[in-house]
Amino acid sequence: MAAGLPLSLGHLVAAALATLILGTLAAVAWWAGGLGGLTEWDWRALWFTLWQAALSATLSAALAVPVARALARRRFRGRGLLVTLLGAPFILPVIVAIMGLIAIFGRNGAVNEGLRALGLPEIGIYGWQGVILAHVFFNLPLSVRLILQGWQSIPSERFRLAASLGFAPRDIARHLERPMLRAVLPGTWLAVFLVCLTSFTVALALGGGPRATTVELAIYQAFRFDFDLGRAATLGLLQIALCVGAMLAARRIVVPQAFGTGMDGGEGPPAPGGWRRGADALVITLAALFLLWPMMAVVVTGLPRIPLLPPEVWQAALRSVVMAIASALLAVGACLALALTIARGAGRWVEAAGMLPLIASPLVLGTGLFILLRDAATPQQMALPVTVAVNAAMALPFGLRALIPAAQALQQDYGRLADALDLRGWARLRHLTLPRLARPLGFAAGLAAALAMGDLGVITLFASDQPTLPLKLYQLMNSYRMADAAAAAVLLMGLSFALFWLFDQGGRLDA
Amino acid sequence: MTLEFRDIGLRQGNFSLQANMSLRRGGRYAVIGASGSGKSTLLSLVGGFLTPDQGGLVWDGQNITDLAPGQRPVSMLFQHHNLFPHLTVKQNIGMGLRPDLRLSRTQQDQVTRVLDQVGLAGMQERRPGALSGGQQSRVALARVLLRARPLLLLDEPFAALGPALKAEMLALLSRIAADTGATVLMVTHDPADARSFAPDTVLVDEGRVHPPCPTGPLLDNPPPGLRAYLG
Repeated sequence: MAAGLPLSLGHLVAAALATLILGTLAAVAWWAGGLGGLTEWDWRALWFTLWQAALSATLSAALAVPVARALARRRFRGRGLLVTLLGAPFILPVIVAIMGLIAIFGRNGAVNEGLRALGLPEIGIYGWQGVILAHVFFNLPLSVRLILQGWQSIPSERFRLAASLGFAPRDIARHLERPMLRAVLPGTWLAVFLVCLTSFTVALALGGGPRATTVELAIYQAFRFDFDLGRAATLGLLQIALCVGAMLAARRIVVPQAFGTGMDGGEGPPAPGGWRRGADALVITLAALFLLWPMMAVVVTGLPRIPLLPPEVWQAALRSVVMAIASALLAVGACLALALTIARGAGRWVEAAGMLPLIASPLVLGTGLFILLRDAATPQQMALPVTVAVNAAMALPFGLRALIPAAQALQQDYGRLADALDLRGWARLRHLTLPRLARPLGFAAGLAAALAMGDLGVITLFASDQPTLPLKLYQLMNSYRMADAAAAAVLLMGLSFALFWLFDQGGRLDA
Repeated sequence: MTLEFRDIGLRQGNFSLQANMSLRRGGRYAVIGASGSGKSTLLSLVGGFLTPDQGGLVWDGQNITDLAPGQRPVSMLFQHHNLFPHLTVKQNIGMGLRPDLRLSRTQQDQVTRVLDQVGLAGMQERRPGALSGGQQSRVALARVLLRARPLLLLDEPFAALGPALKAEMLALLSRIAADTGATVLMVTHDPADARSFAPDTVLVDEGRVHPPCPTGPLLDNPPPGLRAYLG
């Protein structure tokens, strides 16, 4: 390197991040009692966490295969829109989806009305079934997108060759599709498993009790209801062990990109006629119904009532928007500093620091930060800043995935030209880095803002007198003000999508 | 006044480069050699993108080995990416005067003047994407002209142009080099370019940089390594 690698802002951010995460984890470890302090319930929570994550992953992946196949080989009006919508759950606030699922699958939902009319037994949405249902709702679309990418990665020449050899659909499945699935499915399964491992909001709203409590929820209960900090910390260690174990497993399996681009390429596999045509249509309709019906139900109930929302909901909305924007700017600033340093060839530890948030769940970070800060501030004072910081940290790995390749390409293509012209510091940021990275920056900021906007995690540990919009929504649900809750849900969903859209579009305004 | 390569050695994995020579001020040198022989590495050393493991680079009596690329008395044209696609022609050229683009009235006039000189009058506000390949090369050359640095390095910037356009660019380049009195080092794959543009040629053969020889005799009577390359 020309002048060696100077210590940059990126190193500073990496060090700060490592201090924040590892320091927090150390605090948790320091406070943790021995495993003997855990009750039978806690061990059940550990078992349930693993079990529900495995079942959710298996169901999502299995159900996604026919949907992805149908989408890969059929072309119809609205297909592109449907594929785009499959990406939406990633930024859909969890608590909003739960409202929708309750509207359809709850006691007074359409599904149970139908079952009652037919004289069949009702299904319950609370308990483990609800947790699994919600996880499949969120992760089926993700799995479909990942598997669809697999289908589209099969070169169309292979399908043409198969056609010229007179392959029947069965032969195509055997020689082309099953090998692809064998390659894609383990990563898809693991991606869903990882997401479900840190599930908190779903378990909070639909689970609970001895048979449907995740470790994250157990941390919350130990912290909030028993105020047993030692047990919360021990559970936190258990959660970290789960995440680290799953991450180590993930090193052996390629986990595909969850929120990628480029979903449409090539002509896709041949579209067989006969009963398969009808079956594909049915599969696509059912999947679309499963995903859209709950959201439509919420929108229909909630949208007309938004003007009637009480002022405290609007205050919560404003608070949430401000916090989401703060989180997004924090996350994107840190991402940019890290990505630029990584692109200049910094050591692996900078990149590792950026991925550290993956091993710490929000509730573990919240517990740790509380332990560290409790002499300096009250829980009420901590609530909002800690939430902003934790949400920013949680968004980092996603932002880095978008920014690192772009920053590397920028360095590769224009780094030498900029150096030769002595383009440095602020001028380089303004005239080269920001304009060239506007798109991934906007995308990363949108993602971070939407995730922060919809998050109902660490805030539940602390505050109730300054609720965010998701927390306010949860409080409305708990007091059975379902009409207001539906309206708040529509508002929350609209704000989350709007924030994503605004930032993402902002990045596309070509300077 | 010379550019001296004083016992320069550079190692990159299995590859190593040695250079020990001096180049005359105002001279024009072709740099010739097979792919992977180290031509671009040699230019990167002069440009400041690589630092030698041993030896030093001296320009006009001053050791420039440790200067950052932008601080060196060097303008460089790369094979690709000589212009920022999101900036206008005027901004791309202006960056050669002030990277922060806060150009004074006089400096703006200078930009207009060099654009005129390379035959692109009135195209200030265009983006590189709206220009042809030849016009893009002219913009890059206009910036070289404006910066007027005494060393000019060309890493095959015109390789993608057709023969007629390339000849045109070399003619423009000759004019600019003469105007600014620059010492030119030009990597090329084309012996005809070397003959027409550079009286002297530096041969790079498997990491060894040979001191410059007159181009004509070298190409008429090449040593074995170069003979194999020229075919």
